Amino acid sequence: MQDPCTGVKSQPLRLVITTIPHAITGEDIVSWLADRFQTGTQEARHLGSMLVALGYIYPLQNHKRLVIKPDASLYRFQTPYFWPTQQLPVEDTDYAIYLAKKNIRKKGILEVYEQEQYNHLHKWMNHKWDFIVMQAKEQYRAAKERKKPDRVVFECQERAYWVVHRPPPGTVSAMDYGLDRRVDPNVDETKTPDFYERIMIFTQQSIMRPRVKSSVSIGAMVKYCSTYSGHDPFLSKCLPSNPWLTDDVTYWKQNLHNVEIPTKMRVERWTFSFRELLSDPRGRDDFRLFLKKEFSGENLAFWEGCEDLKWGTAATMKEKAEQIYKTFLARGAPRWINIDGKTMEITVSGLKHPHRYVLDAAQTHIYMLMKKDSYGRYLKSPVFKETTKKAVCPEEHKFTETQLEHNAKNRRPSVSPIVLWQQEQEQKAKMAASAPVDITQLCRFTTPVPHLAVYSGFSDSPSTDTSPSLPFLTQSPACPSPISVALDSTSASERRLEASEAEGDRNPDCGASVGGNTCRPRMPLSLRRLLRRGCTPSSMFASLSPKCHSAAGTSSRIQPISREDPSQAPPRQVGNFFQIKVDIPPECRIYPIESEDEDEERRAASRGVGAKEIICPWESLTSQNGTS
Amino acid sequence: MGEMEQLRKEADNLKDQITAARKAMQDTTLQEAAASINVVGRVQLKTRKTLRGHLAKIYAMHWSTDSKLCVSASQDGKLIVWDSITTNKVNAIPLKSSWVMTCAYAPSGNLVACGGLDNMCSIYNLKGKDGNVKVMRELAAHTGYLSCCRFLSDSEIITSSGDCTCVLWDIETGTQKTIFAGHQGDCMSLAVSPDFKFFISGACDFTAKLWDIREGTCRQTFGGHENLSRINYILDLCKLYDLRADQELITYQDSSIMCGVTSLAPSLSGRLLLAGYDDFNVNIWDTLKAERVGVLAGHDNRVSCIGVSSDGMACCTGSWDSFLKIWN
Repeated sequence: MQDPCTGVKSQPLRLVITTIPHAITGEDIVSWLADRFQTGTQEARHLGSMLVALGYIYPLQNHKRLVIKPDASLYRFQTPYFWPTQQLPVEDTDYAIYLAKKNIRKKGILEVYEQEQYNHLHKWMNHKWDFIVMQAKEQYRAAKERKKPDRVVFECQERAYWVVHRPPPGTVSAMDYGLDRRVDPNVDETKTPDFYERIMIFTQQSIMRPRVKSSVSIGAMVKYCSTYSGHDPFLSKCLPSNPWLTDDVTYWKQNLHNVEIPTKMRVERWTFSFRELLSDPRGRDDFRLFLKKEFSGENLAFWEGCEDLKWGTAATMKEKAEQIYKTFLARGAPRWINIDGKTMEITVSGLKHPHRYVLDAAQTHIYMLMKKDSYGRYLKSPVFKETTKKAVCPEEHKFTETQLEHNAKNRRPSVSPIVLWQQEQEQKAKMAASAPVDITQLCRFTTPVPHLAVYSGFSDSPSTDTSPSLPFLTQSPACPSPISVALDSTSASERRLEASEAEGDRNPDCGASVGGNTCRPRMPLSLRRLLRRGCTPSSMFASLSPKCHSAAGTSSRIQPISREDPSQAPPRQVGNFFQIKVDIPPECRIYPIESEDEDEERRAASRGVGAKEIICPWESLTSQNGTS
Repeated sequence: MGEMEQLRKEADNLKDQITAARKAMQDTTLQEAAASINVVGRVQLKTRKTLRGHLAKIYAMHWSTDSKLCVSASQDGKLIVWDSITTNKVNAIPLKSSWVMTCAYAPSGNLVACGGLDNMCSIYNLKGKDGNVKVMRELAAHTGYLSCCRFLSDSEIITSSGDCTCVLWDIETGTQKTIFAGHQGDCMSLAVSPDFKFFISGACDFTAKLWDIREGTCRQTFGGHENLSRINYILDLCKLYDLRADQELITYQDSSIMCGVTSLAPSLSGRLLLAGYDDFNVNIWDTLKAERVGVLAGHDNRVSCIGVSSDGMACCTGSWDSFLKIWN
């Protein structure tokens, strides 16, 4: 078509000073096409329109309308570089460069829609903007060096190209091809060997998937439906009355998250499954109370910590994971949870690169532990019985017509969940800040009397010869798995209670001097001391517990035990004592540990207060009171 | 070609094996197991509230976890957060693109999301200072329209799109965490499991897939029925599938119903299934017995969305007649 002899007749067009070579008129194009393809003018016009719409020919006047006008309006052939068949990817970057260049050439020349696009691209490609402006300037500079006619031609071509690929609003673009689908839904998938391979792999995996007998799963479903049908407001009555029907919100008030006395229906739901118990905040509180009495509260605390990690913001993830590790998983952790060695290994190695689900395995283990063990005991426990006894079964409301109308008038808008949540947080913070330092809540561990001397084992390995009662330490001098250490402690804790008391003090100190080992030589030592008696200042743990953020500040005061400590106290007595200097207001009631306190107090008294010493939180009180 | 034939035979063989395995597990049907259950009896729910305020068809609604607030999206370009008890509008959020097809309420109540033909999922922060609701994120990476979105928490959201993929996004960074690809047709709907470990997506390739969110893999596929446009975790379209036994259990149909189902919601106990239809009604099915136990008639146009609040007390239906009705 561009052939000078047989193609469309072209002539140079005069445009002010410059001439645009090879301009062709619309009618010439149409007539040539009609002639060439032996078709009528209508067809030729249509074909011509398509050529223009797709960008093979571009109009010189009125460049935004991509149609062919079979009159004297002028067109030019687009340079092959810009042909759609080249299938150059039409990048936003290039468009941005083009617009920037246009802007540089002459400010204010951009059309409204181009301005909008420019601003939009500026926002989206802000990170590349320097590059884009630089490119634009380069291209502008390079263009300036060309001869004027060439430059004008090129500008026209580029402009035409962009009209095709970034059409002005309101025009239909011929480049539009619909949604980017992964698979064309209209095409049958070709049956290649790969296709069959994929089917086979998928089918094989499906076959291997464990299946349950229908009777079992259907039976479960039927059971679920019947269990809950009493609680389904569509199927059964609501006590005292359904707020939707009577506009009386007593039902909702009685079922708030933190209500003192739950309703009987609610308590009944807790017995349906462990999941129900945990998902109801009131139920969880009750369960927590029970666990506190059983001294296995760390399981629930760990579970809650994991949930917090899973659903929290990514920014806080890393520190949350660290806190959880320090509180629950590390050797010598204050609230050490009892999980098997393999899970611990997986978790600890995963924590090197913490992500949202890094504690999944451990959390599942603890969940199952609670479900199989604690849950059953909870349902038989006095705590639960007490709650059930106190639970209210509200009387059904019997409203008269007038009363109902009155209720309807007094409808109050509901509180936004955001506000409720904020209130809850504030309440928790207040409680944490002002509550008596409740040590018992954080004191015990699941294992009867775990001796944290064992946790210092790893750093004490060189000194293991001096402590024959701690044979396990010899296993792996470098860093014995905390679990193996812990397990041993569980089984032989009694024995060690006596034996290690003697060595206990010496060990950590020797350990401290040995140092050398990787994981936290100091912190666990000090914690170890503390935890030997299971006593930790609640403020320290308040900071570690996921809920009490406000008390976080005090944790910084925990200092590692300095080496001077052991020299002061006689080994026997110092054995299991741990002191942390904490700011506890004197009026706090501190619940000391029931038995064996007298020993402790003596030791505490004998310790004195060194510069880096940590003072037992209740020391100030009990030393005055004598006994607990 | 011999190789192809062989492969085809192998694939068919495996398919037969699956069918056999499924059959082996099927030692009872839902009808038999539910035979001894009491009949539910007629369930009559009445319209308690009508939420007026939208100016165009309502395409989607979602309850908040407190069971009192709900958000609805309409093609007049507005996302309205309603206090369903007083029928007040708590927030009316104007949208950039009026072609919205889905909306979701975050479990915490802080965020709402919506999306549609603009291929983006826009997340709005309801917790803004001085009550201003602002766009927090625009998650743009889909090449097709957004058909459904559901929050996992304040930092993660799952979207399904007409480009045949579902995506798990990290809201804070606005990036895609996992892409669940495997459907051959537009993904129309998704539902997340109560423990947030799995979700099911339904697509126009006649299948529904169960995905493991953590692994990013498809664990099960259910298929073989007409275009899937609505999924709910226990049930799908008008067929009930048993995930554990890998069976299709029952189909909810009635000779008098000729039209398609647009939306589904189970009641709290799972005993009732509420389904919105094109014939302007909502039918209530007894899940176990597959009988129709009630009808909710009141809309003047197709019922496009339905939801039961988390405490099971109220059901909200949204319709093309621009009204939302709360039934109880």
